[in-house]
Amino acid sequence: MLLRHTTKEVKEREGLTINPAKTCQPIGAMYAALGIHGCLPHSHGSQGCCSYHRSTLTRHYKEPVMAGTSSFTEGASVFGGQANLLQAIETIFSVYDPDIIAVHSTCLSETIGDDLQQITKKASDDGKIPEGKFVIYASTPSFIGSHITGYANMVAGMAEQFTVSTGEKKDQVNIVAGWMEPSDMREIKRVAKDLGVKIVLFPDTSDVLDAPQTGKHEFYPKGGVTIDELKSTGDSKCTLALGSISAEPGAIALDKKCKVPFETLDMPIGLSATDRFIMSLSKAGGVSVPAEITAERGRLVDVMADMEQYLYGKKVALFGDPDHLVPLTEFLLDLNMKPVHIVSGTPGMKFDKRMKEILERAPYANFKNGLNADMFLLHQWIKNEPVDLLIGNTYGKYIARDEDIPFVRYGFPILDRVGHSYFPSVGYTGGLRLVEKILNALLDRQDRDALEEKFELVM
Amino acid sequence: MDTENISLLEGREKQVYEKKQGGAEVEIACDTKSLSGSVSQRACVFCGSRVVLYPVADAIHIVHGPIGCAAYTWDIRGAVSSGPELHRLSFSTDLQEMDVIYGGEKKLYHSLIELIDQYQPNAAFIYSTCIVGLIGDDIDAVCKKVEKEKGIPVLPVHSEGFKGTKKDGYKAACSALMTLIGTGSTEGISKYSINILGEFNLAGEAWIIREYYERMGIEVVATMTGDGRIDAIRRSHGASLNVVQCSGSMTSLAKDMEEKYGIPFIRVSYFGFEDMSKSLYDVAQLFPDRPEIMEKAKEIVHDEIRRYYPEMQKFKAALTGRKAAIYVGGAFKTFSLIKALRTIGMSVVLAGSQTGNKDDYSRLKEMCDEGTVIVDDSNPVELSKFILEKEADLLIGGVKERPIAFKLGVGFCDHNHERKIPLAGFVGMYNFAKEVYESVMSPVWQFAPRKGGLV
Repeated sequence: MLLRHTTKEVKEREGLTINPAKTCQPIGAMYAALGIHGCLPHSHGSQGCCSYHRSTLTRHYKEPVMAGTSSFTEGASVFGGQANLLQAIETIFSVYDPDIIAVHSTCLSETIGDDLQQITKKASDDGKIPEGKFVIYASTPSFIGSHITGYANMVAGMAEQFTVSTGEKKDQVNIVAGWMEPSDMREIKRVAKDLGVKIVLFPDTSDVLDAPQTGKHEFYPKGGVTIDELKSTGDSKCTLALGSISAEPGAIALDKKCKVPFETLDMPIGLSATDRFIMSLSKAGGVSVPAEITAERGRLVDVMADMEQYLYGKKVALFGDPDHLVPLTEFLLDLNMKPVHIVSGTPGMKFDKRMKEILERAPYANFKNGLNADMFLLHQWIKNEPVDLLIGNTYGKYIARDEDIPFVRYGFPILDRVGHSYFPSVGYTGGLRLVEKILNALLDRQDRDALEEKFELVM
Repeated sequence: MDTENISLLEGREKQVYEKKQGGAEVEIACDTKSLSGSVSQRACVFCGSRVVLYPVADAIHIVHGPIGCAAYTWDIRGAVSSGPELHRLSFSTDLQEMDVIYGGEKKLYHSLIELIDQYQPNAAFIYSTCIVGLIGDDIDAVCKKVEKEKGIPVLPVHSEGFKGTKKDGYKAACSALMTLIGTGSTEGISKYSINILGEFNLAGEAWIIREYYERMGIEVVATMTGDGRIDAIRRSHGASLNVVQCSGSMTSLAKDMEEKYGIPFIRVSYFGFEDMSKSLYDVAQLFPDRPEIMEKAKEIVHDEIRRYYPEMQKFKAALTGRKAAIYVGGAFKTFSLIKALRTIGMSVVLAGSQTGNKDDYSRLKEMCDEGTVIVDDSNPVELSKFILEKEADLLIGGVKERPIAFKLGVGFCDHNHERKIPLAGFVGMYNFAKEVYESVMSPVWQFAPRKGGLV
């Protein structure tokens, strides 16, 4: 009983966070930057930040994660980190030879007032950025938002600092990926291909963080959106942003800079959200939905019908990141389940609003996001109203064990299982996988707890 | 980019050395800051403090700063406790923009009061992060106030990330421990007693070591900090000897305790038969008036080696002639690993550490074979390059190095926080040999192209 101290009684807390349901901005910026081909993310702060982010991403993906650091010293913290960053840019281009460096700030560099825009401009003026190479940046102080905000800021940075509009429209659609797995990005590309719509997906971490074993350590794996592709997004017909928190800022930036109209969608997790995504994408691409995609949808609906009796009325607690939680909650409702407790450490009015829309179908649900919306609160809620299933990242395993609740791992980080980077959870096939995982957890529990005479062969 | 054909980082030539006959005797530069822009494997001051104090299980550990520092250090170290497990929870003041502007002292104060009421710990450690160092929160004052109100030790740890390297974090942790030491009663402590320092009870290792010493008739007053308890630390100045492992993290505490309480210390290592035996004998030798202790030590060594040595021969037979690369946090660990690898027939072709000092590296140079490359504060490019060049079959490292080894198609052994089985003690040497054997001889390498397709 690792969480034996958790009490049932929920009290107001003055600031204290116990077992967070979020982490800080820079790791999101680092993850997003890895979705550009040939990019070395760079952490402008102390060495520890970079080390922690690389370690956490490595634990989640079981892949090498490369990133540079400005290695702040006490001196830099007094006199500013400009010299460190200039030196870093020079070192990185001469030694690691990336196509692009994506710099993100930290609480330290933000507080001392380092201006990334000004410093990168100086690097450019001083000739420290070789011809044909790029440095982009995003401001990601850890004391604002969460890892999701950091991801969104870096994605917006890509759109702002890269795209150009040549005035000549291209027959392609931009898709801004919200924070999702490489497997999900691969699936989005597959679906678009099946639909026959040419897309530019960014960022794109497939073939970066799910790279095959080749006998080589590829410093820059083959995946990632290329600079040319990124530049071309300014000429695209329109943009679909998958996620109002982690993707929309990128679409807004593109619209502002290059007048590319955009539509914001929920991330296509589950049936309804995927329906909307397929509709929007087919409309944007001017194509009709092919039979194969319709059949995929049919298979998902078929399983939902086949197993309805095992899903009906099951209470679920879920936690994690906004753009996952919104469509996931909707999917649970479509599955006739009851999402009763929902927690996310990520703040945001848009998130709050969208969640409340979804929860009109579930007026009984507890929902809290932002400050003090942590795993401790979720646990307290569960103690007050027990659930049949818990869905969330690896940190849920303590609650699942202490309360003996079936547990489906979903989100970031997953530190103790594999699969998330290889098998998508977006689209109809992803929905099928989610249903499978949910059912396995529930049915394994039913089997475990069944009396001998009620232990069933056929379920 | 092909990592095999990369030149060394400019300015890093002095931190890389290859032992060659007749080669120039260069001194390895170390104890330096990493070059900005380097993909360093190092961490920060906070990280150093956090890993040292983390295993104290009946204290709360609250990270004063934005959420990240608390989130990334939440239960990531398998430092096992035999009782309370407060150390495995994550507490943060989750500082926001307004706190950065107006200061976070009040938030820290309230958080501490709430936490202490809720969890009833025996002490509290408050870690300051980068931002706290900048906004100038007086955490000492807050700690004093709460200590007075709640009647338990509330200890500030000055671990602002930018104020040095991981080593400085060790020091900050040690000075927090030093304020605890000496505040408990030493009544009833035997003359034949020790503290075990620098052993963090990963996978239960401290229990193994403690049991050896106890079998010798020695009282273990405190382990710092593995399976650590506040009361034991408070009375640890009553021990007759400090036995220090992982010298990088705890030597400063041992020195302080020697100065203040006159407790001598010895440096030991628990990895490998050779060093493990020596660490029992070295302790026994310091209690000459009770020869049974030495007798017992000999008996333990004899029994344990007789138990594990024969079983290890099949591993040795398979591993003989294979080559290993080592890249770990502290250099002291490297010495033991070289010896342990030799026990199972393996040679070391690359040896390095994040934080070794001058003495460490000159000793390393002496120990290593011809052709061995020695690196300080290395990076993935360098590591990949030397692993391939030297045709290593195994990499020993930590979390960030593991996938690099696997991508290159060589075996791996985690000798850091993520070890899942004890590698210390005699049984640990057996486990180590088994793990190395499993990884190096795994059938998966038959399917994995090495060196880009060349087998």
